Amino acid sequence: MSTIASRPPAKASLVNDPKVRGIVYQVVLVAVLVALVWAAATNAIDNLRAAKIASGFGFLESTSGFDIGQTLIPYSATSTYGRAFLVGLLNTLLVAAIGIVLATFLGFVVGVARLSSNWIVARVATVYVELIRNLPLLLQLLFWYIAVLRALPEPRASLNAGIGVFLNNRGLYMPRPIVAPDSWLLMASLAIGVVAAIAYSVHARRKQAATGEQSPTGRAALGFVVGLPLLVWLLLALLGTNPISFELPQQTRFNLNGGLQVFPEFVALTLGLTIYTAAFIAEIVRAGILAVSRGQTEAANALGLRSGPTLKLVVIPQAMRVIIPPLTSQYLNLTKNSSLAVVIGYPDLVQVFMGTVLNQTGQAIECVAITMAVYLTISIVTATVMNDYNRRKALVER
Amino acid sequence: MAVHSLTPGADLAYVQARSSDPLPPPSLVRGPIAWLRQNLFSSIPNAILTFAVLGLLLLIIPPTIRFLLIDAVWTGADRAACREDMAGRPVGACWAFVVDRIGYFTYGGYPVESRWRVDLWFAMLAVGIGWMLWLKAPRRDVGAVYFFAIFPVASFVLLTGWQAIGLTPVATAFWGGILVTLVVSIVGIVFSLPFGILLALGRRSKLPLVKLACVVFIEVIRGVPLITVLIMANTMLPLFLPAGVSVDRLLRPLIGVAIFASAYMAEVVRGGLQAVPKGQYEGAMSLGLGYWRMMLFIVLPQALRIVIPGIVNTFIGLFKDTSLVYVIGVFDLMKTIEAARIDPQWAAPTVSNTGYAFAAFFYFVCCFGMSRYSLMVERKLAAGQRR
Repeated sequence: MSTIASRPPAKASLVNDPKVRGIVYQVVLVAVLVALVWAAATNAIDNLRAAKIASGFGFLESTSGFDIGQTLIPYSATSTYGRAFLVGLLNTLLVAAIGIVLATFLGFVVGVARLSSNWIVARVATVYVELIRNLPLLLQLLFWYIAVLRALPEPRASLNAGIGVFLNNRGLYMPRPIVAPDSWLLMASLAIGVVAAIAYSVHARRKQAATGEQSPTGRAALGFVVGLPLLVWLLLALLGTNPISFELPQQTRFNLNGGLQVFPEFVALTLGLTIYTAAFIAEIVRAGILAVSRGQTEAANALGLRSGPTLKLVVIPQAMRVIIPPLTSQYLNLTKNSSLAVVIGYPDLVQVFMGTVLNQTGQAIECVAITMAVYLTISIVTATVMNDYNRRKALVER
Repeated sequence: MAVHSLTPGADLAYVQARSSDPLPPPSLVRGPIAWLRQNLFSSIPNAILTFAVLGLLLLIIPPTIRFLLIDAVWTGADRAACREDMAGRPVGACWAFVVDRIGYFTYGGYPVESRWRVDLWFAMLAVGIGWMLWLKAPRRDVGAVYFFAIFPVASFVLLTGWQAIGLTPVATAFWGGILVTLVVSIVGIVFSLPFGILLALGRRSKLPLVKLACVVFIEVIRGVPLITVLIMANTMLPLFLPAGVSVDRLLRPLIGVAIFASAYMAEVVRGGLQAVPKGQYEGAMSLGLGYWRMMLFIVLPQALRIVIPGIVNTFIGLFKDTSLVYVIGVFDLMKTIEAARIDPQWAAPTVSNTGYAFAAFFYFVCCFGMSRYSLMVERKLAAGQRR
């Protein structure tokens, strides 16, 4: 007799049914969120109407009426707010891109230095990392901007680094490259060089897979990419047309004229972001290298690889797998931290759009939403690319 | 029959019959000179590197020490003490300026006769932090109640004032300096921990809408810079509230920081929740515990213990980031230094650098101390794992 098996399951009360509870919880959550948003929206509409502030994105078309110090695209006070937004966005991207390149380089150097067998090098690297990581970025930016760059001499007493590079409290002056009309030949030769280098490395890899013979890929690539344009330049110079010439900054009585002027705000922000982020990158690099077990190096040595190939073919590829994900989040941090530009007056997206434009138009909701959307887009795109990269590089376990 | 010689193997050509000469003694394996050779001059490139770094240090350290200590001015009433033309000697750091303004850097514009309340608050804070961070302290559960329930209420009463018990109200506009820096960070940590736990639980929830809401909140906040969140809190919060309701100027950044920190804390806690073995969840469920009891008594105690270092690291980041409230005009330590350094009474060339050096010292001591603590806890937890 099996009465137990045939008995229908005990009917639980509806209150204790997890499915019913789940639905109730979610309905309550949605109701609360909708109520909050609705209340905020109605209040905002009332407040905006009372303050006579327009809403909508129409203001992007109207004239801005303010100037921006550093612009990568043509811009003047008669341009639109939309144009100002673009200027700010480009300035943010510029400082982020340069900062990322420099911070990666410095971070890798310091990270490797922390593991150096040279005692003093390792110590100095450690002190650098600990000092920089434990001070607020804002303090560092103010230090670079006010204590270092503003304290530089007046333009008439500029520091001269030779080769047309000057430094004074109005910024860094460098030779400006002037591109002649026939420089397309140079560009074309560069493009051909890059294509040739890629083709050669593909060919070299195929050859190695088939025969085991190695080819000097690195040297060949260098020859194609650098040598070819150089050759074309020389030829053009011999024919009497200089494709790229440099305009040097000229020292006049009170100021410097000509050349490429880099504003002190930009220098300070780049310097601050680079030095700050490099300390974090150094820690990531150190952890990545330490994560590759010693056995890997020893096995490579046992196979007869010398230290160079061991590093290049065995250690770094494995370390990169550990390094890349946190490195990406540092790149994102650098991009987000570039918004501290507002403190030293570098016209980045936040300073231009959430600062000047917001104050002029009073359209807080639109300005905040657009700015946040830009940062969010950068974050999400980077995260998507990184996830894809991780999926391809993840250890395939068999 | 083979004849064995006295030395075994002596008749074999490939066996050495005579012991080889002893090697010369190793030149130096211990002592300072050997250490120098091994660690600084092991090869020619290494030696060059060593000299380059030494040169760099020589370029940086002596001028820094000279500025901070040797040429420093320790006493004085105004800028006369710190100007080379007036003092008649090379002038480094103007510590007299910091000494003169230390009250402003600590309390901001808080009324002098009420500053004992801030001192008392500092003491209460120290007790709370000590209780929470000292892992072997007695009754840490009481400590948690103190820090997360009693202390916030007591701080509010103590700092803003309450006429009924004889504490004169002090408007937050007068708060400033280290007081505000600490208030912003403490509010961040006290609010972000509970909200972060809720968000982390929500993100791991099986209910799709709860999960969606939490994921969107966490990712949006983590995807934007703190400054935008602060400016949003500063400019948009008044818009979203009914007309006539105004939000305190200090409360706005506090809300922004709490929102921001919660999203980061949620990710830290989520890491802890994921590290708790599945068997713990299943064991709790098999004992008949419901969701909240399972989380409260079984999962969270283990998860939070694992992520103490992560929480401390988040707090270090938060502590440094509080300096951003500067941007929206709140007088935290950095803002008071900026305000004091341009004061004509102390107009001297080295005053700015002295102010920054003071801020750097303050932040470094706090952050470095916390990071050492987090390392210590990590090591302790690892010791528990090794058994």
